[in-house]
Amino acid sequence: MAINLQPGVQSQLRGYEPGVNNFSLMVATKNGSGSQTSNLVIIRSLFKMGIPVSGKNLFPSNIKGLPTWYTIRASKDGYTARRATTEIAIAFNQETITEDIFNLASGGVLITNQDLKYTVNRTDITVYELPVKDILEDAEYPKDLRERIINMVYVGACCHIFNIPLEITYEALLSQFGKEKPARINHAIIKIAYEWAQANLKKQDPFYFEPMDKTAGKILIEGNEAAAIGSLFGGVSVVAWYPITPSTSLVDYVMSHMALRRDAETGKNTIAIVQAEDELAAVGMIIGAGWAGSRSMTATSGPGISLMAEFTGLAYFAEIPTVIWDVTRMGPSTGLPTRTSQGDLLFLYTLSHGDTHQIVLLPANAEECFEFGWRSFDIADQMQTPVFVMSDLDIGMNLWLSNPFTYPDTPINKGKMLDKAKLEAFFEEHKEWFRYRDYDGDGVGYRTIPGTEHPRAAFFTRGTGHNDMATYSERGEDWVTNMTRLRHKFETARGVVPKPVVDYNPANPIGILSFGSNDVAIAEARDIMATSGIETNYLRVRALPFTPEVWQFIEQHDRVYVVENNFDGQMAQILRMESTMKTNNMISLALGDTLPMTAYWIHTQILKHEEAQ
Amino acid sequence: MANALGLERADYRGGTSTLCPGCGHDSISGQIISAAYDLNLPMWRVIKLSGIGCSSKTPAYFLKGSHGFNSVHGRMPSVATGATLANTDLIALAVSGDGDTGSIGFGQYKHLIRRNVPMVYIIENNGVYGLTKGQFSATADEGQFLKSYGKNDLPPIDLCMEAVIGGATFVARSFSGDAKQVQSLLKAAIGHRGTAVIDIVSPCVTFNNSPESTKSYDYGKEHEIPLHEIQYIAPGFVQDREEITVGEYSEGEMIEVEMHDGSFIRLKKLDKGHDPRSRSEAMRILDEGGRDNLLLTGLIYYEEPRLTLAETMNLTATPLAHLNASQMRPSAQQLEDVMKQYM
Repeated sequence: MAINLQPGVQSQLRGYEPGVNNFSLMVATKNGSGSQTSNLVIIRSLFKMGIPVSGKNLFPSNIKGLPTWYTIRASKDGYTARRATTEIAIAFNQETITEDIFNLASGGVLITNQDLKYTVNRTDITVYELPVKDILEDAEYPKDLRERIINMVYVGACCHIFNIPLEITYEALLSQFGKEKPARINHAIIKIAYEWAQANLKKQDPFYFEPMDKTAGKILIEGNEAAAIGSLFGGVSVVAWYPITPSTSLVDYVMSHMALRRDAETGKNTIAIVQAEDELAAVGMIIGAGWAGSRSMTATSGPGISLMAEFTGLAYFAEIPTVIWDVTRMGPSTGLPTRTSQGDLLFLYTLSHGDTHQIVLLPANAEECFEFGWRSFDIADQMQTPVFVMSDLDIGMNLWLSNPFTYPDTPINKGKMLDKAKLEAFFEEHKEWFRYRDYDGDGVGYRTIPGTEHPRAAFFTRGTGHNDMATYSERGEDWVTNMTRLRHKFETARGVVPKPVVDYNPANPIGILSFGSNDVAIAEARDIMATSGIETNYLRVRALPFTPEVWQFIEQHDRVYVVENNFDGQMAQILRMESTMKTNNMISLALGDTLPMTAYWIHTQILKHEEAQ
Repeated sequence: MANALGLERADYRGGTSTLCPGCGHDSISGQIISAAYDLNLPMWRVIKLSGIGCSSKTPAYFLKGSHGFNSVHGRMPSVATGATLANTDLIALAVSGDGDTGSIGFGQYKHLIRRNVPMVYIIENNGVYGLTKGQFSATADEGQFLKSYGKNDLPPIDLCMEAVIGGATFVARSFSGDAKQVQSLLKAAIGHRGTAVIDIVSPCVTFNNSPESTKSYDYGKEHEIPLHEIQYIAPGFVQDREEITVGEYSEGEMIEVEMHDGSFIRLKKLDKGHDPRSRSEAMRILDEGGRDNLLLTGLIYYEEPRLTLAETMNLTATPLAHLNASQMRPSAQQLEDVMKQYM
């Protein structure tokens, strides 16, 4: 298995020229060898140096032993998408070293563990060989940590070769471990390797880092952690889940931040977390909890969503709020559990049998994971329906450079929920209350929750046919009335879900329409295209159902490129399915190659089509 | 006559049943109504839950003043788990069937019991799928014949045995034709703090009521062997209590089991001499009953309940469904402090 990180792309490609604070570094190691710690030390060090940085972990579905690649990108201009080229390769895995050498971009730098067996048969790259065993010979460290410690050797060498101040790596280690002892042990190795490199390696390549001030006030965080924190600020009270990559860490982070929801005086929790026996039970629990009036959520990925399909149809039809995060990976089937994709979009949108429509929020980055983390509960309660949030492995599990999160700007909105007093008032005003009757003309009824001390608060919830009085009905007209109201409710949702982000200039005939994690690559591609005279407009969809801005945007352009990271072009399909106008100005650019999208791919795809015009 | 809440028995009824006339399930609904009326249950605190099937329709036929949820096939346990976590003040009454619990819902049933979700879990067991017109269920007798499906070659699953093995702290079996026993068991189960399983043989008059079926009325009436006479004593009725020896169990004596709400179940031992406080005895008697096709009814197993799922979670006294905004959303200062960890 190998990942070709630069399919035919040369480093000197126009618009992608590397330079100071502007290149990618790839670390090839074995999964489970502890290299993640070393890679995070490099990322955090660059972050602390003020250099915009991002990291992408390209890891196998395996606990220990299979090859793993971690790419770190520094970008003085603040681009955080995956870079198509790799300028620096740290080849520390015997299994992949030959390919890693082969794949390195021309003019690149190779750093190897000299104890491995390999031949360097290229003259267009700079090579630094580290005799790891010798370097560590006199070092003192707990011997059981040897496999991990080895990885600190390349950190030390990088400090010398690329100018990362030693003391900054110590700060990074401290943030990483939160404790002094492991930070000191690891830093001692970094220092030994650094000193060895200083004495033995002559700098021969043009790449280095230089302090900047571009990360001041910023944070580095994984999307799943952002989502977890957002959910806790959104009032989630019942979480039920079943572990599945790449969503597992989302709930892990809910647990690690649970203290946010512990009463300071009593020490009691305001959140219950259940590890269910499977996704069928996880979604049943959150639907039960949502029905009973608490804010509930789960996090899963494609296979889990498949299992939840039937239950979410019940929640849709019985109108029960809950929140379901789908941190997507490659499908169909088990697919590639550790690779990113946007392939669940179409499935989520109509999830469950019959005429079902689901609300799907589409965060693009950590900041939106936080925001949609809390806002999804307000939308679910307002619309009385499940709300899906579709993130992906790239957002969820990789580190993102982000603005600190903004405190929720709207108070908790539990929607049309009638407690005892409100129910009294409702009867006073309407002389009646029926659960599914549309009193406000927006398709959304008024609900009560169990435990409401009122003789007329109860109603019967069911997935079977019902009329607006919540009683069982097989009458065709009751069915049609109910479905018509549900459709109307879905129309109302268009005004409640997050609107798209639009960058529009009437002079530009070309539009790019996309969603989710592609955002950073699109931003970079647009800048590069602009330097060669191709100005583009951009609309980023943030939710399904579509809001009117989407149709307006398509209408406003001669050509609209629908950019997405799935194989079938699912967003384009939904647009074609729902559009009432001609959509032959839409061009689907669908990737789905298992990796986060690059600016290079977008830009070359658009150029190819534009040249054909 | 009105009960202590000023409600008549009729107030505890639900909608009109749409099940076949004579269905065992309807008589169970009747006993639920009577038990709730006798216990002065506040209907607004009760939730009625079910899966899919004939039995699962019945929550619409009792306690109209309670919220009901007819969910999906076999997965009512997960709904109950979520609902009772969201609001620990609720009294959960669930109805399932042998198809719902014994097949698709088997895993959820076992995990519900493992978690000790506080609720009454009634299985209306007739050995057959009624709504889809008479297929064998997983509790059907081995060797039994059904007109359209021939002979059942597979052994039945004993849902009480599964409950005992799974760690349930209240396991009972009854017969829908034995109204008095059903009612006593229901009352005791409602007072139980934990999952209380009552597997009630409830004949399907349409598809599985031939006298040789162990799930038929004739078989039940002729072969039911009550393990004891059960008397439910509500909290407050404590006369004679001192005179009763609790402890050593011997022929002809009474046994009293105190429930956490102060009520008692008084069991008068009959022929089998079963002591429901012994787990190994419970398994032995279930095994014996299964082997010899005996319909042994009564309280099969009881133990002092362990912590419920919610009790293991150190939750706030306010039910999660009733948290106020400040309990649901940490402060701006707390967000700022969290953000500092990532700078």
